[in-house]
Parts: sequence; C-alpha cells; structure tokens
Amino acid sequence: MEKLLNEFSLGLFFWQSVLFICLLLLLRKFAWKPILNAVNEREEGIKDALASAEAARKEMQNLNADNERILKEARAQRDSLLKEAREMKENIISEAKGEAQAQANKVVEQAQATIQAEKQAAITDLKNQVAELSVGIAEKVVRGELADKNKQIKLVEELLKEVTIS
Amino acid sequence: MLFVIAFSANAQHEEAHVEETKLSTQDTEKLERKEYIKHHLLDSYSFNLFSYEKDNGETAHVGFPLPIILIDGGLQVFSSSKFHHGETVAENNGNFYKLDHNKIYKTDAAGTIEYDEHHHATNEKPLDFSFTKGAFMILLTCILMFWLFTSLAKSYVKNGGISKGFGRLFEPIVLYIRDDIAIPNIGEKKYKKYMPYLLTIFFFIWFLNMFGLTPFGVNVTGNIAVTVALALLTFLITNFTGTKDYWKHIFDPLGDTLPWFGKIPLYIILIPIELLGIVIKPFSLLIRLYANMQAGHIVLGSLIGLMFFFKSWLGSPMSFGLAFAISLIEVLVALLQAYIFTMLSALYFGFASEEHEHHEESPAH
Repeated sequence: MEKLLNEFSLGLFFWQSVLFICLLLLLRKFAWKPILNAVNEREEGIKDALASAEAARKEMQNLNADNERILKEARAQRDSLLKEAREMKENIISEAKGEAQAQANKVVEQAQATIQAEKQAAITDLKNQVAELSVGIAEKVVRGELADKNKQIKLVEELLKEVTIS
Repeated sequence: MLFVIAFSANAQHEEAHVEETKLSTQDTEKLERKEYIKHHLLDSYSFNLFSYEKDNGETAHVGFPLPIILIDGGLQVFSSSKFHHGETVAENNGNFYKLDHNKIYKTDAAGTIEYDEHHHATNEKPLDFSFTKGAFMILLTCILMFWLFTSLAKSYVKNGGISKGFGRLFEPIVLYIRDDIAIPNIGEKKYKKYMPYLLTIFFFIWFLNMFGLTPFGVNVTGNIAVTVALALLTFLITNFTGTKDYWKHIFDPLGDTLPWFGKIPLYIILIPIELLGIVIKPFSLLIRLYANMQAGHIVLGSLIGLMFFFKSWLGSPMSFGLAFAISLIEVLVALLQAYIFTMLSALYFGFASEEHEHHEESPAH
C-alpha cells in the first residue's frame, strides 16, 4: 500500500483526468453519436429491406397463384371452346350430309318422275301411232273385207274383243 | 514483430549495463537489472527511446525532453532536459530542483539531498503537474483515437451508411460493446446514455495497453494514477446516474419485510457494508488493471533480462522463446483487461440504473 501511494503521481492523475474527459466529450459529440446513429440507421434499413423483401416474396407467391388460377381457367375455357367447335363441326357436317341426301333424293325423284312422264308420253305416242297404224291397216283391211256385211260385223266384234283385251 | 523491435531496443540498453558491470559481481548485475525493470515500470520526465555507451565511456540517451510544470511559489515551467537525466541540478527562476528516484525535489544550487534512515529523501517536494512520458502517451492515444473515430464517423456520411477506411476495423468491436456488453448489462432502455463512456474507456485502455507492449511503450495503464482516474470516473458515473431504487437498495435493503425497529440493529451492520461496497467495486477495477499490466511488464522485462543473464547458446534462446510466448499472451491480456474494465463498468452502471423492484424478491441481499 505504501508503495502504491508512493507511486501515485498527482500530476499524471491530473493530466489523465483532463485528457480523458476531453477525449470522452469530443468523441461523444464527433464520433460515437454519429457512428451509433449510422449503425442504427443501417440496421433499421436492413430490417426494413428484409421485411419488404418478405412482403414482395409473398406478393409474388400470390401473383403466381393467381397466374396459375388464370391459366387453369384459360385452359378449361379453351377445352370447352374446342369441344363446342368440334360439336358444331359435326353438326354442320351431319346437317350438310342430310341436306345433300335430301337434295339427291329430290333429284332422283324428279328424274324418276320425268322418266315416268316421258315413258308415259312415249307409251301414249306409241299407242297413238299403233292406233293410227292399226286404223290404217284396219281401213285397208276393212276396205277389203267390208265388201261383205257379215264379215264387217264379225270384224267389229272381234276388234272390240281385242280392244278390251288390250 | 513489435517484440523483435522491443528486443533490439532493450538489447542496446542492456548491453550498456553489461559493459558497466563487467567487473562487478553477479549480484550487483542482478540488482541493476531489477532497478532497470523497476525504472521502466515508472513514469518518466523525458521520452527516452534508448540509451547506449559512447566511445568515451559516457552514456548517451536518445529521446526528447518533455515540459516540467511545477507549482512552487507560482507556476514553474521548464524543459526536462535541464535535469540531464537526473545527473544535474535544474535551475528555473532562481529555484533549484533535482531528480531523485524519479521524483522532483527542491534543493539548493549544489543539489544536496538529505535522506532519512530509510534512504528516503526528506527535501521539500513541489506540487508536480509535469507533462510526463505517461501524459505524453495519453495525449498521443487521445489524438489517435480522435482521428480514428471521427474519420470512421465521417465515412458513414460519405459512403451512405457504410463505413470505409481503417476505422472500419473497429466497427465490429463498437457493435460488440453495444450488443454484448452494454445492452445485456444495462438494458435496452438506458444503455444509450452510457455508450460513449463504455466505448471510450474500452478503446482507451486497449490502445494504451497495446502501446505498452511496443518497445518505447510506456507502462501507462500499469500506473496507479491512471487507473485511479479511470476507476474514479466509473465511480462518479455510477453514483450520479443511480436511480431511486439503487439508493434504496443501499440504505434500505430490507424494504418493507421488517418493521422499522427490527431494521435498526441490522442496518448498523448492513449499511456500512453497502457503503463500502460502493467504493470497493471501482477500487477492484483500478487494482485489477494496475496489477495485471504491471505484472505483465515485470514478467516480460525479467525474461528479456534473463537472456543477457544466461549468455549461453541454450539459456538465451530459451528465455527468448519464453519472452516471445509471454508477449503473445500479453497481447491477449491487453484486450482482455480492456474488456473486463468495460464489462464491469457496464455491470455497475446496470446496477445503478436498475428500476425494477428486485430487492423485494431477495430481501436478505
């Protein structure tokens, strides 16, 4: 203890106290406050940045989910559209087919009708010609035959029979 | 690296001693070394880098003088070169002073110093405010710290919140002191008030400890006057920032658990103990720092002295290796002591600024 007291120098104590307190006050004003403030600000900044990054990530996730949903909807819509189109195509085709068939039937029918009519006309024509011919022949035959009255009646009867048969 | 320089600087000094004592016995050589180490531990009036023996046998000192400031019938200011390293009497304004065992005594023109039976000088001692080697190192450290940390502070502004330059090295330490010393011990609410002091004291002690390990290093933090000044500040801050709870804890530790007449006999013992505790806490700080730094310097000095004592191919390298290992440990101790001083200061501030009613939970203290 005596050694310690002997070593204690008031001068050095004085200078140490004065210099240290000056240093403390100067550093407090010009160094520690700005440094601690800057560090605090930076830490706050980092915290904020992290928080906003997290928020952005969440938003992104939401956006992705939305996108997924929209895509799904779009896909479904496309599928239904395609389905509709296919149905429509089939309808159109079948309709067209039906119409074509009807048309064809009609044409055939018309053709048949025409053919029938032509045939009828031809038959009539032929009948007329045959009748004319037969009349002519008959005239000639009759002229020859009609010399005899009996023969004439017999012939008329026969002819009549024939006519009814045909 | 520092150590090697230290070694060479000391070597020059030591050799001078070796030359001087060539003819004397080993015992006087030992004594000289002891004196030399002791001398190194003390403060000095001039900044001595090293000394050596000239060809003509004179001892030459390389260094520079520092101002002597005395209060002795008015302010006496003169250069320490007037003492010629204690060899001559210094005269200033008709007053005569002489150095004896590194202390200034008032004397006459012839420089007579009277001693008592314990070989202590009995001359009158003037009030001494000299700007000594220690004070010079303190000033140097202050300037260095001011430059370092203001440049760090400026770099934040310049670089948009990110530090740059040499000061950047210390940013993690600043953060460490805030996050691991101040906040856990003082608490989130009040730590800000104490931060400037804690930071300043940490770097101040650390830097001075490190300077103490350089070859010109002066044992500043191992000087009792310096540690007293530091601990005194901690003591003052602790007690001036003390809350009501802190004082209540000292003067009324039992609170409402006992009626007043029951407390009286207990408090006759308790309160002096508590009051003593206030003083003992910072006292332990100053002794711890002083003793650790002092011890480190003594051990290092002795090991370096051993190198010259052995003067053999086996002993000297061995003590060199030992001294090297110890100086590595001293580097660690330099940091550790700064940390402990800061940590304990923070702890005491924490006690002083505490506000929750912890004394009711543990009434017996």
